[in-house]
Amino acid sequence: MNNLLSMASIAKAFNGVPALSDASLDIAPGEVHALIGQNGAGKSTLIKILTGVYTRDGGTIRFDGRDSTISSPREAQEAGIATIYQELNLVPLRSVTENVIMGYEPKTMGVFVDWKEAHRRTREILTRFGIDIDVRAPLGSYSTAIQQLVAIARAVSLDARLVIMDEPTSSLDTSEVQTLFGVVRSLRAAGVSVLYVSHFLDELYEICDRVTTMRDGRTVDVRAMQGSTKLDLIGGMLGRDTKDIAAAGMTEFGGGAAKQGEVLLSAEGVATGPRLTRFDMTLHRGEIVGLGGLLGSGRTEAARALFGVDPLTGGRITMGDRDGAPATAAEAIGAGIGYLTEDRKAEGIVPGMSVRENMTLALLPRLTRRGQIDRARERELVQHYIDALGIKTADMEQPIRELSGGNQQKVLLARWLAVEPELLILDEPTRGVDVGAKREIQAIIRDFVAKGFGVVLISSEFEELVEGADRIVVLNEGKSVTELTNPGITEDILVGALAHGPKEGVAA
Amino acid sequence: MTARDIDTPIRAGSAWKPFLRSNGGIVALVVIVLFNAMFTPNFLQAQTLFVNISQVATIAIVAMGMTLVIATGGIDLSVGAVMALSGALAPLIFLSDWAQGSPTLGLIAAIALPMLAALVCGLFNGIMVSILRVQPIIATLILFISGRGIAQVLTNGNLQTFTHAQFSYLGTGRVLGLPFQGWLALAIAVVLFLVMTRTAFGRYVLAVGGNERAAALSGGPVRRVKVGVYVICAGLSGLAGLIVVAINSASDAARNGQLMELDAIAAAVVGGALLQGGKAPIFGAILGAVIIQLVKYTLLANGVEDEVALIAKAFIILAAVYVQQARKE
Amino acid sequence: MNQDAFDLRRFVVGNPQSVAVWVALIALMIFGALRYDNFAGAYNIGSFLNYNSMFIVIAVGMCFVIMTGGIDLSVGSVAAFTSVVAAYLSPLGIQVALPLAVLAGVAFGAFNAVCIIALRIPPFIATLATMLGAKGGALVISGASTIAVDWGSNFTNMGMNKAFGLVPWTIIVVAVVVVVFWVVLEKTSLGRTVLAIGGSEDAATLMGLPVNRAKAFVYMLSGGCAGLAGVILASGFGAGQPLEGIGWELSAIASVVVGGTLLTGGLGSVPATVAGALLLGLVFNILNFENGRGTISFSAYWQMVIRGGFLFAVILFQSRVMARSAVKGTSA
Repeated sequence: MNNLLSMASIAKAFNGVPALSDASLDIAPGEVHALIGQNGAGKSTLIKILTGVYTRDGGTIRFDGRDSTISSPREAQEAGIATIYQELNLVPLRSVTENVIMGYEPKTMGVFVDWKEAHRRTREILTRFGIDIDVRAPLGSYSTAIQQLVAIARAVSLDARLVIMDEPTSSLDTSEVQTLFGVVRSLRAAGVSVLYVSHFLDELYEICDRVTTMRDGRTVDVRAMQGSTKLDLIGGMLGRDTKDIAAAGMTEFGGGAAKQGEVLLSAEGVATGPRLTRFDMTLHRGEIVGLGGLLGSGRTEAARALFGVDPLTGGRITMGDRDGAPATAAEAIGAGIGYLTEDRKAEGIVPGMSVRENMTLALLPRLTRRGQIDRARERELVQHYIDALGIKTADMEQPIRELSGGNQQKVLLARWLAVEPELLILDEPTRGVDVGAKREIQAIIRDFVAKGFGVVLISSEFEELVEGADRIVVLNEGKSVTELTNPGITEDILVGALAHGPKEGVAA
Repeated sequence: MTARDIDTPIRAGSAWKPFLRSNGGIVALVVIVLFNAMFTPNFLQAQTLFVNISQVATIAIVAMGMTLVIATGGIDLSVGAVMALSGALAPLIFLSDWAQGSPTLGLIAAIALPMLAALVCGLFNGIMVSILRVQPIIATLILFISGRGIAQVLTNGNLQTFTHAQFSYLGTGRVLGLPFQGWLALAIAVVLFLVMTRTAFGRYVLAVGGNERAAALSGGPVRRVKVGVYVICAGLSGLAGLIVVAINSASDAARNGQLMELDAIAAAVVGGALLQGGKAPIFGAILGAVIIQLVKYTLLANGVEDEVALIAKAFIILAAVYVQQARKE
Repeated sequence: MNQDAFDLRRFVVGNPQSVAVWVALIALMIFGALRYDNFAGAYNIGSFLNYNSMFIVIAVGMCFVIMTGGIDLSVGSVAAFTSVVAAYLSPLGIQVALPLAVLAGVAFGAFNAVCIIALRIPPFIATLATMLGAKGGALVISGASTIAVDWGSNFTNMGMNKAFGLVPWTIIVVAVVVVVFWVVLEKTSLGRTVLAIGGSEDAATLMGLPVNRAKAFVYMLSGGCAGLAGVILASGFGAGQPLEGIGWELSAIASVVVGGTLLTGGLGSVPATVAGALLLGLVFNILNFENGRGTISFSAYWQMVIRGGFLFAVILFQSRVMARSAVKGTSA
């Protein structure tokens, strides 16, 4: 078979830690090829090797019938590989035109940028996507969806043979997704190949021809989309037998029966800005309430509002005797709230600090007497949590960055358990941790609510929500739209609730 | 399963490299001392030691403040200007008619008021950085230039000379045979070391530099901590300014603390402070200051011109930061 | 509306923020012309422009550096160094002294670029070290004293004579530099790359833009501009001055920021930067006139204080504008 791209036995390690060990990828001309895998499976690394951002340690790459010598994004573009990265690779301060034509400006006399022609060309490309905007305005003044489409427009305008799209729909609404699919189909019709990376499996069925599955830095499966079941794909990503998944469920959460203790916290009509406009929720003691919703539905914003990170612009939050949202994180902690953030690296760990120092960061005010830290008590507490949560670390002085993701997450969980909160907000508590640690973390959460405390659980994994939460508040476009109660919630019901949320005022 | 196993070198032959990286400062110090012992005349004499200690104390005091600022991921370019300001204020106060009338009060005021002015400068820097969110380089650039300007306006650009035995003790006094300011620097180091290792403030300084958002979401008083380090740094600079004036028995607003920001940054970085924050080696700053001073001394004692010493210092800074960047990767 | 119409306003004025600078500049000029007798006279205008041309040219170089999100603290020392170089070369005439002195400035810029790009040293550390090195170098080659230029050659013509008896040569040279780099910024891909780097260096890299080349360019440009300022200094004041240049980086940064260029990069304008430099100079010019009238009595030392205060005011203004646009940015 004559592949446009053929990557084989690709290996790559960072600081001795292997990210890819035996990855391969074949893409035929005019094919829309899906690439799936869990976070950390190595998809992004593989793409960055292909586009010359990283150099590979081993393996071969053939593109367009030749051994590839691409060593920079620029060379990749010139070879005909265009990439739309997940984190938009655009410059919001600069104009739409500049973002589309940068590096390939039309010129007069070979030197001066021909802005007139540049604007015309940009407008022409965008019209093909059904976008009509002022191309001279700064890109940042438009919505994320438009920025996303501009990124694609740039890629397409470069006459690429292969277009790589990394999570292109994560910030698009339904009609924009359809526009995007239209573009993908027209690319395929023109003989251009597309490598399509997405977490949304349903999308893949709609537009992809074949799918490559990666796990732990290896390619584990290549198959045609047609005839593959969702279970096949998930099984491949997780490395489990599909029958097991169907039979047993994958989480440590036993289907929660709705318990009704006294009300711990209630939120009514809470708004913090355009991303969270109306959020209602009641949490009882001994209860896990899940927040369901797609990326950008306002899940994380709701958590931030409860913890007092974003000031309220409307509505009210009541917790116990306390009326009103906490104004600062310190106040929230004082009021008995803990918040495990979604992004462990950016908002969780202090990488250079030890396990001990990371674990007691939120507890410091209570460990301190006249400014001085009670170090004996600190060590005692830390050792207690290391034992209780089974944290695998050489000792409590080991820098946290040297721990595995699951153990880092346990340290952060301990950070919040240590302040003895009544309410824990957990945003993606098991993201990026291995299966074993995941079950342990879930067991810790269960233990916590069993003591009569409350948990707000956010997770992109529907299984975790469906099996873990006693109730699920479903969010859509910044509003809470439905509430589901266990037992009886299935993934299908949840997905249905997500899909049938009210559609009000679709963003331009 | 940790990354630690991977980091430790496997072959014994390559062990000198990490050793040199983590102990580069000490190695450099030993090399410089050995070089001087062999080639610089009179190096191993008490007089030389005194000269060097009295010089190094001011650099070390400022460098420790700089280390705290750098630990939060910031930088303070205004230290030299703050030195000039406090140094200009002190003689203005104790030479005034009022202070001549009541010498004790005058002396206290001559130390307290300049320190207060320095702390206000630090407050200004801290507010600019933490509340107005101006980049530290730019925020402290304002006082870098106008602080010295204020000092010159106050003294009308004049050199103020004086004889004042008590005040001069700051710069020329001896305790147990060694310069007073050396002991002062050591005492400050011990206090700061305890602050950094034993107090919540110290912990927060490192957390803010290591991951500001994590520190904030864990309830850390990020703004107060940032203001705090700039205030401490400015306070120490003010003190250093007074010491310089006391050493010289003269205050020259144009020269006092000139280029001190460079010495202080260099000393902090040579001492092991990471420019991106999260580390505050207090005694490292002293080690760095000693190295900077000894390099300067070595060059001067061996007949190299002052100007060339500037260039040498430039290369030390570049080398220290470069080694640091390389270690990060 | 024809979107393709040449947007003169955006081209000349810069971003909307810069409008305030132009308004302030013109208002101050009118104020001065009405209040002081000799303010609008040819002599004052000529000497004002002549003196400020050094700061304008340095500000233009600094503007490019800041647009990439960097900073160059070495400009003052480099100008002092090249003024000495130019003074030494003055017997050979301006046609030799000027290019070689500028080249010396470019060399310092190249050194900065190597430290920043290849050795990955943060810009302010690298340029701070160069500031030190250039200062030391200037003192070494001059023996720490001012170096008189050769009055016999045509060297001082640039700083002291007028082209066709009308416009000082210095002003013509600086005007050419301003226009050339204005066009480079607005009309070439290099200029656009500079802005893209400041907007988001990662994005610029992933777009395949020549990021390193553009960064090298801005530091060398800044060095070259400082070099030219050194020539102007030597030619206009008749001597190479190794002790000059203290605080020039602050003036330049202030001019750039006053002109509405974002300190974080990504947004900026050459003419607005020139306006910023002129505004800053004009404030001192008017203070001098007030001094002359005896209304106030400012010593020269006030200059530094006022410059710092000016920078402070502008940063305050910018941080509020930024706060507002940041809110807008997240909601978009």
